[in-house]
Amino acid sequence: MMSGEDAILTVPVSARDHMEGNAHAVVTLVEYGDFQCPACGMAYPAVKQIQRRYAGNLRFVFRHFPLSQAHPYARMAAELAEAAAVEGQFWPMHDWLYENQDDWVASGSAGLEAGVRALGLDEEALAATLRNPDIDTHIRRDFMGGVRSGVNGTPSFYVNGYLFQGDFDALVHGIGRVIARQA
Amino acid sequence: MSILSAGTTAPEFSLHSTPDQSVALKEFRGRNVILAFYPADWSPVCSDQLSLYNELLEEFARCNAQLLAISVDGVWSHAALARERKYHFPLLSDFEPKGQVARAYGVYDEAAGVAQRALFVIDGDGVIQWSYLSPMGVNPGAGGIVKALEALPSNNIQKALPADAVQENP
Repeated sequence: MMSGEDAILTVPVSARDHMEGNAHAVVTLVEYGDFQCPACGMAYPAVKQIQRRYAGNLRFVFRHFPLSQAHPYARMAAELAEAAAVEGQFWPMHDWLYENQDDWVASGSAGLEAGVRALGLDEEALAATLRNPDIDTHIRRDFMGGVRSGVNGTPSFYVNGYLFQGDFDALVHGIGRVIARQA
Repeated sequence: MSILSAGTTAPEFSLHSTPDQSVALKEFRGRNVILAFYPADWSPVCSDQLSLYNELLEEFARCNAQLLAISVDGVWSHAALARERKYHFPLLSDFEPKGQVARAYGVYDEAAGVAQRALFVIDGDGVIQWSYLSPMGVNPGAGGIVKALEALPSNNIQKALPADAVQENP
């Protein structure tokens, strides 16, 4: 395993984060993810399953970790999700990007436009939002916070602030154990 | 021999980065160097340590640091990997005599015949300021590198200067 110092979430979850679920949940699951990353795409249904299984006991946070050189559209997708967030549509866009990953990745930036249409977002307003430097700042802050926390690839998951290393079954059971201890 | 630790003078080397180019450590005197030893080219992409570092080159440059990655793979493998993964830093070939540089840094796995996954931050005077040996199969990320670079006295001084002064004296 990694040294403890490197494996702890250095940026605490705050109101600046995108979160789903009970704000007072026993477990906070943080994902550092990349919308074009195939492994993140495979993790997506598993995370949904974890959210359903642990419901009110789990809060899920998504932070951006686009590997732009490996995945040329990852950064653009992250920016799009942030622009959608301004319209209160972060999670619908997050879900759309993962549910349709194969399709939109195949046609790149044009593929992303399908997401804008699918969510019924105003294209002009979105284009203006995308020019806002806050979007870049948010993604950069997520990325560097992840680096400092020891993110070593995507997806990386933190359970109550500790980097989790293992498969999904182990993640599900690990979360279950934390909840059982608190019960 | 175990991994060289902080305070040790970094062993000098000159290794091929391409079939007709070599890179020597001493070329980077006055700048910080990150040495990343890794076992083999062509590990899976999403969890690939070097792909992560490739995203951090600007951050490393901000700390006056050059990344050099080293494995025992040959230059043609390195060239193909760098092209495929769009790496923008040198991949050095510790090929002949095999693993000589990894041995000098105390990070050669004799049984497997490859470099271990090990990191070094070397300062502008050629002295190792931080080193880390990752357990087998664990990608160490970059948190330790970033912290080690920021802890270097030269980078602390740089941060204390106003932004415009930093630009005038890079």
